[in-house]
Amino acid sequence: MDINYTALLPEIILSVAGIVLMLLIPFVPKESQPKLGYVGLVGILLAFCALVLQWEGERGLAFFDMVFQDNFANFSKLLFLLSVGAITATSMHYLEQDRLLKAEYFCLLLFSTVGMCLMAASADLIMTFLGIEILSISTYVLAGYRSSEMKSTESALKYFILGAFSTAFLLYGVAFVYGATGTTKYLQISRAISDMDSYPVFLLLGVGFMIVGFGFKAAFVPFHVWTPDVYEGAPIPITAHLAVASKAAAVVAFLRILFQVVPDLSLQWQQLLWISAVLTMLIGNIAALTQSNIKRMLAYSSIAHAGYLLVGLTANSTMGAQGVLFYLMAYAFMNLGAFTVVQLVARRGEANVEIKDYAGLGFKYPLLSLALSVFIVSLAGIPLTAGFTGKLFLFSAAIQQGMYWLVVIAVVASAIGIYYYIRVLVFMYMREPEGEIESVGIPGVARIVILIMVLGTLYLGILPGSVLKMASEAVNF
Amino acid sequence: MLGNENILTTLLLIPTVGAILLALLPGRNHSLIRNATLAITVLTFVCSLPLAWRLDVQNGGMQFVKDLPWIQAGGFTINYHIGIDGISLFLIILTTFLMPLAVLGSWSITRNVKAYMILMLLLEVGMVGVFVALDLVLFYFFWEAMLIPMYFLIGIWGGKNRVYAAVKFFLFTAFGSLLMLAALISLYFLNSGSSFNIVQITERLADGSISVNPLGEMLLFLAFFLAFAIKVPLFPFHTWLPDAHVEAPTAASAILAGVLLKMGTYGLLRFCLPMFPRAAVDLAPLICVLAIIGIIYGALVAMVQPDVKKLVAYSSVSHLGFVVLGIFAFNLTSIEGATYQMLAHGVSTGALFLLVGMLYDRRHTRLIEDFGGIAHRMPIFATVFLIITLSSIGLPGLNGFVGEFLILQGTFLTSHIYAVFAASAVILAAVYMLWMYQRVFMGKMINEANKQLLDLTPREVMTVLPLILMAIWMGVFPGTFLRRMDASMQKVVDRIEEVQEDQVYRVENRPLWNKTE
Repeated sequence: MDINYTALLPEIILSVAGIVLMLLIPFVPKESQPKLGYVGLVGILLAFCALVLQWEGERGLAFFDMVFQDNFANFSKLLFLLSVGAITATSMHYLEQDRLLKAEYFCLLLFSTVGMCLMAASADLIMTFLGIEILSISTYVLAGYRSSEMKSTESALKYFILGAFSTAFLLYGVAFVYGATGTTKYLQISRAISDMDSYPVFLLLGVGFMIVGFGFKAAFVPFHVWTPDVYEGAPIPITAHLAVASKAAAVVAFLRILFQVVPDLSLQWQQLLWISAVLTMLIGNIAALTQSNIKRMLAYSSIAHAGYLLVGLTANSTMGAQGVLFYLMAYAFMNLGAFTVVQLVARRGEANVEIKDYAGLGFKYPLLSLALSVFIVSLAGIPLTAGFTGKLFLFSAAIQQGMYWLVVIAVVASAIGIYYYIRVLVFMYMREPEGEIESVGIPGVARIVILIMVLGTLYLGILPGSVLKMASEAVNF
Repeated sequence: MLGNENILTTLLLIPTVGAILLALLPGRNHSLIRNATLAITVLTFVCSLPLAWRLDVQNGGMQFVKDLPWIQAGGFTINYHIGIDGISLFLIILTTFLMPLAVLGSWSITRNVKAYMILMLLLEVGMVGVFVALDLVLFYFFWEAMLIPMYFLIGIWGGKNRVYAAVKFFLFTAFGSLLMLAALISLYFLNSGSSFNIVQITERLADGSISVNPLGEMLLFLAFFLAFAIKVPLFPFHTWLPDAHVEAPTAASAILAGVLLKMGTYGLLRFCLPMFPRAAVDLAPLICVLAIIGIIYGALVAMVQPDVKKLVAYSSVSHLGFVVLGIFAFNLTSIEGATYQMLAHGVSTGALFLLVGMLYDRRHTRLIEDFGGIAHRMPIFATVFLIITLSSIGLPGLNGFVGEFLILQGTFLTSHIYAVFAASAVILAAVYMLWMYQRVFMGKMINEANKQLLDLTPREVMTVLPLILMAIWMGVFPGTFLRRMDASMQKVVDRIEEVQEDQVYRVENRPLWNKTE
């Protein structure tokens, strides 16, 4: 047992960057506070370097056996850093435009990333809980950052109350599992469970409660009800943060628990997840059909995508787990890209977030629209894009396990999904605008972010091999 | 000269690179963009020609094969595996042949020319890709990716109802193919996760090293069949077609009818028959009946259409019904006839759509009642239109006859009744096409607006002339084409006959009644 700080180097760097940022805030005039985002970006970049340095490093437990140092954690952290980097970059413009001149925003983003990284690496239920709390509390505040807007406040309050409720479930579950096994360490719980002849009710109940807790964070049906309102009210970059990074963190933490803590109970949890997968895919896609607000539409679409991820989890196989990781990466690229474009089109005060506001955009801003088209097509799962290869790998995992019905439902759900995705394309390219289109300002940073996301989406769609290989190494627990 | 294994890759690369180059050209210079696209498509066509004479006629297997690893990680083996045989050869040449003509027929597009032409080139990549892919995932990749350019072509440059038509087209085809995705993943795991190789899976299904129970085979067959039946389109999945055809811009209609529909029938020949022959044989009666309904229904509905373009669209439903009937009549004659009919239909219906487009460019209407007697003003157009009309009807000496005749002859061997019903549509075809011709071109010129009509320009003549020459060539020398198809078709037919013999054997050995009670 030793401390081994290097295992947590990215987290430490992120925390220090957050603290430095806080110290800098009083010395920076209000007007240029959004520029402090660059400090956050530097922190993320340094954390990224640290991650690369330890990519080939030693494996095993670290920090008093509280965290794993393995490929899975590294892959997840890479995903989080990528996502938060993009969000930090695009937020600077957003804050400036909407006159939200408080740089604590970036500290909160950095701290939430620390929480996510801990969730992915955690080897102890207590650490997992701490990670979730660090993430949650930061995002509760961030969701209400447009404090002058009723909707944003409502979003934060709803997220906080329901989030606190779900965390309570999770903690209750942790307590039950501790009661049944006498430990909170992942590997020891797993060993204790495999030694059992019959499973005590408290254990099953505890695992069930934990599923509820994670289901809430990842917006699995029936724990998804908060999603549309919170996503709609939150500032757009934060919506992206919740939809991509925060969801990914919940999914990877959940995945690790399913595969490393309770693999012996798979018969039980597979049934629950099967049902939740079907509901999540169908409800997400069907509810998205009727949305006229693009943020709400993307909220429901993110529920639907959580459903596809559940298909991979339900498969309970290496192929399923690697599919989940790959899909999360694909999902990050396409969703972050889509949200960035949405943010630019929304303009000041999020004035244009209805789908009809996209009418006529296609030929006025050809490159921006082309980028959004790539993301939309990818979300719809059409080939050439990451969305397709991601689905291919997930569905393959389910078919490998003989879950044909699950896949049939999944493809039907995807077919429903295509309808609302291409509606955006219809408005962009095939409808005339109602009035004059206001000009869209595209700052340089946003250009770079969008370009990276387009290239990432296409790269994962055309040459997915390398990332898939990384994902398959990552799930080699 | 190009090496054999690189020809197909070149065919995919030229339009891709062309599209990228086009994107770099200035968007305002329309004529430059048009001519560049024309040059790219002509170059693709020229490069595709060596396929025809380099193909080994005796060899029914895949040729010009290129097989490179594409995705190999995490338990997946997906290859960039392409190649062609006698079934796909002419479909590729048809595609590359129609593309320059479709580009020539797009001169009247003046809005966003650059985007239009880029989409046309991407469409070509997708279509060629579908016909050459020998890996299931690669096939699906092109099959779906091709929807996007077509969707935009219809939705942006289409007629009044274009958005509805485009969305309907997209949803119908995407829905059908998603189940196919599930089926092809299943095949991968049935093939013990070793490859998505179409040739290998077909062989292993045939020699029994991949075993599928009858129910599984039926479900797999249906998953593939649904995707293809929607694309063909087979009655009752045809409702997207009239909308899409009528609303699409001229060139897109021509490509849609000329090539896209054939991807469905090609899929039947490449997947449904050789991979799942038992299910195909079991379901053949049902499918033949649907095909015949389509043949007659399409013809009857075509007869009453007030709009020339819609009439041609419904005639496609009828003609493609013939193709499906020929395929599911399961003998060499009928299947070769079906493939021939695919090509013939591509040429004549492609030409018809281009011609209708020329008329529409002049008068901005396609209603039959707005015309009448225009042969007086447009003699060349009337002549050209007549030749193509006759080729579509199936006049001996022109392309349509050979395919229809072979299909009917082959079908007659399988079932007299099918053949009789199908043959009735030949008469109906003459009725709707000639009646339309008469109302549009013959008689007195009543409508004042028609008096200003101008005859075809040299560019327009250049657009249809190759099609007419091809129609005559296909009518007079069918051997050029059939000779190259024989060996590959024979393989498909052999596989079906094996199964049919099995089943006859099973039936004969079954006790007539069960005495052991």
